[in-house]
Amino acid sequence: MKNCYLGIDIGSISTKGVIIDENNKIIKSDYIETNGNPINAVKRLIESLKKNLDKKVVIKGIGTTGSARKLIGLLLDANIVKNEITAHAVGTLNFYPDCKTILEIGGQDSKIIMLDNGIITDYSMNTLCAAGTGAFLSSQAKRLGIKIEDFGELALKSESPVKIAARCTVFAESDLIHKAQVGYKIEDIIAGLSKSIVLNYLNNLAKGKKIKSPIVFQGGVSKNVGVVKYFKEILNEDIIVDPNSHLMGAIGIAILSKQNSNNKTFDLNIKDIKFETKGMECNRCSNNCEILKIYKDSKLIDAWGSKCNREIKS
Amino acid sequence: MNKVSFPMIGNYSIPACYLLKHTLDAEVIMPPAITRNTIEMGTINSPEFVCTPFKYTLGTYIEVLNKGANIIFQFGGGCRYGYYFELQEKILKDLGYKFKYVNLVSKGVTEPKKIYKTLKEINPKLKLDRLLYHTFITSKMIKYMDKCDDYIRQNIGFEEELGSMEKINKEMLNKFLNIKGYFRLRKTYKKYLRKLKKVKINKPFNSLKIGIIGELYTIMEPFANYYLERELASYNIEIKRFTNVHYLLFEKGKKTKKYLKYAKEYIKYRMGADSHDNIARCKYLCENNYDGIIHIKSAFCTPEISAMPIINKICKEHNVPIIFFSFDANTSEVGIKTRLEAFYDMIEMRKKNEKLLSGD
Repeated sequence: MKNCYLGIDIGSISTKGVIIDENNKIIKSDYIETNGNPINAVKRLIESLKKNLDKKVVIKGIGTTGSARKLIGLLLDANIVKNEITAHAVGTLNFYPDCKTILEIGGQDSKIIMLDNGIITDYSMNTLCAAGTGAFLSSQAKRLGIKIEDFGELALKSESPVKIAARCTVFAESDLIHKAQVGYKIEDIIAGLSKSIVLNYLNNLAKGKKIKSPIVFQGGVSKNVGVVKYFKEILNEDIIVDPNSHLMGAIGIAILSKQNSNNKTFDLNIKDIKFETKGMECNRCSNNCEILKIYKDSKLIDAWGSKCNREIKS
Repeated sequence: MNKVSFPMIGNYSIPACYLLKHTLDAEVIMPPAITRNTIEMGTINSPEFVCTPFKYTLGTYIEVLNKGANIIFQFGGGCRYGYYFELQEKILKDLGYKFKYVNLVSKGVTEPKKIYKTLKEINPKLKLDRLLYHTFITSKMIKYMDKCDDYIRQNIGFEEELGSMEKINKEMLNKFLNIKGYFRLRKTYKKYLRKLKKVKINKPFNSLKIGIIGELYTIMEPFANYYLERELASYNIEIKRFTNVHYLLFEKGKKTKKYLKYAKEYIKYRMGADSHDNIARCKYLCENNYDGIIHIKSAFCTPEISAMPIINKICKEHNVPIIFFSFDANTSEVGIKTRLEAFYDMIEMRKKNEKLLSGD
């Protein structure tokens, strides 16, 4: 018997899962695309995690984080459901206990977390716009006909990156098109875009915050070597990018579920569970709350979105 | 017969209703609780970049006008709120409503003489002594409400049976609406305060304490801040809030100088509305071992925006975590919940660490 813990981070673009053992060592991990359907993505993820899994492994805790944490937490009956900020901090501290700053750029949101002696002292999260997040990068890569994996390498080739107005994705895109039509080289444009993401991040999120090293950079965009290069250049500090940087949230939530475990054994057979959601508008008062009803095997198990305490029937 | 109404803000529609009912001899139309419908109607008819309370009050006006009100009241304020009066009147008249718009507090100054004159125009039978008597009762009612609220805020996060305090408070407010005479009012208040204090609470010795500061409308109207206090209570946090109507009406005038003196290393002059109050309160919270501060405002609230960098500085110097929220008609509730949860995790982690360091 080997007690293990499963952590799942369901982001807007990708779904990450890890299984760790008692010593926080990763036994198995996987990374798949969410494709706008978190339930389906988690079912696929768990099937692939179960493949070739040691027979001795017993799951003693499940944690979920990321934007679909609540829904998937309900689906898996997770023992802990936590926000991404805490999960990322806990995960990173496991590998870099003396880390002072965490930069994180994901698909839809970006955050900065300040730490001191292993404790979160300050954080902020983008509020206004998705400029400078992974979704924007991948849509631009698609538009330029480049694979997102080659994006970073291409940016490194540039000698003089162009200036991009990156206050907002809409303006940034029209500026990118303009620069391309004027005749700039594609690698200069890509390098400029990478640089503008860094500048946008530092000007918005990190405004007024002291970035102290050691700095750890994670989230999907940390895999982009171009962005990493410009962070190093502009901050004039060394940036640590862990090979598992995209998994940090999942690792963090797995650790939290270990701390929160009450020795219950979890079952991973969710492939055949019928899990449905149904949206409706409650018209019983003029609030017209949008209510999401969640059914497990055709039985109503929860409903969200109501502002009052009226009972909701299936 | 005149049908009067007024904007909605928290539970204060009850004292307002009492005062108007007893002084104007008119039918008072209680403004309905704010719902999504209210805010939608307000937003459609407001300029896009106006501060959010404008949209809320305008939405309420449309609702009460549809119910047949023909006199509506506004209470001006010390910031842009003081100018709502003219613009809202124009918007509503353009929409085709016929009504009389009465502003009791213009330019942020309360002039009792002028108020008496305005009310007398509406109800010629009004005598000064009657107005004074009912104003006295109303002010006491507000004071009692705020006292109960303060007690509830400190303890609601720890009640054993969820919702029992809210229920008692609601009962008391219902009684207040039809109260007769000052002595009855005081008796009712004392009775319900005793009841509140009897509610079983389970409060640990060193519980988390949070102070809420910010723009007054967003603080006092729970719909406008997405029931922030209820959310905080569910995390078992003790809440301290300064702004209430009693403060605004009776204490603010006296306290401004005191506040400016108290926070003199940060601020020298008044900055409009509640911004200087909030700077002083922020210093107070930092110096009195609060675990965190939440600053809330409606989007585009200029006085609070100018206070924010100073507040940020105070918190940095005292090493107290702070989080800023800006509420608008289009704010996503999920985003607020995520940030609030992370804030809670952060202050809880810090508290645990403090305990470790101090050897508790």
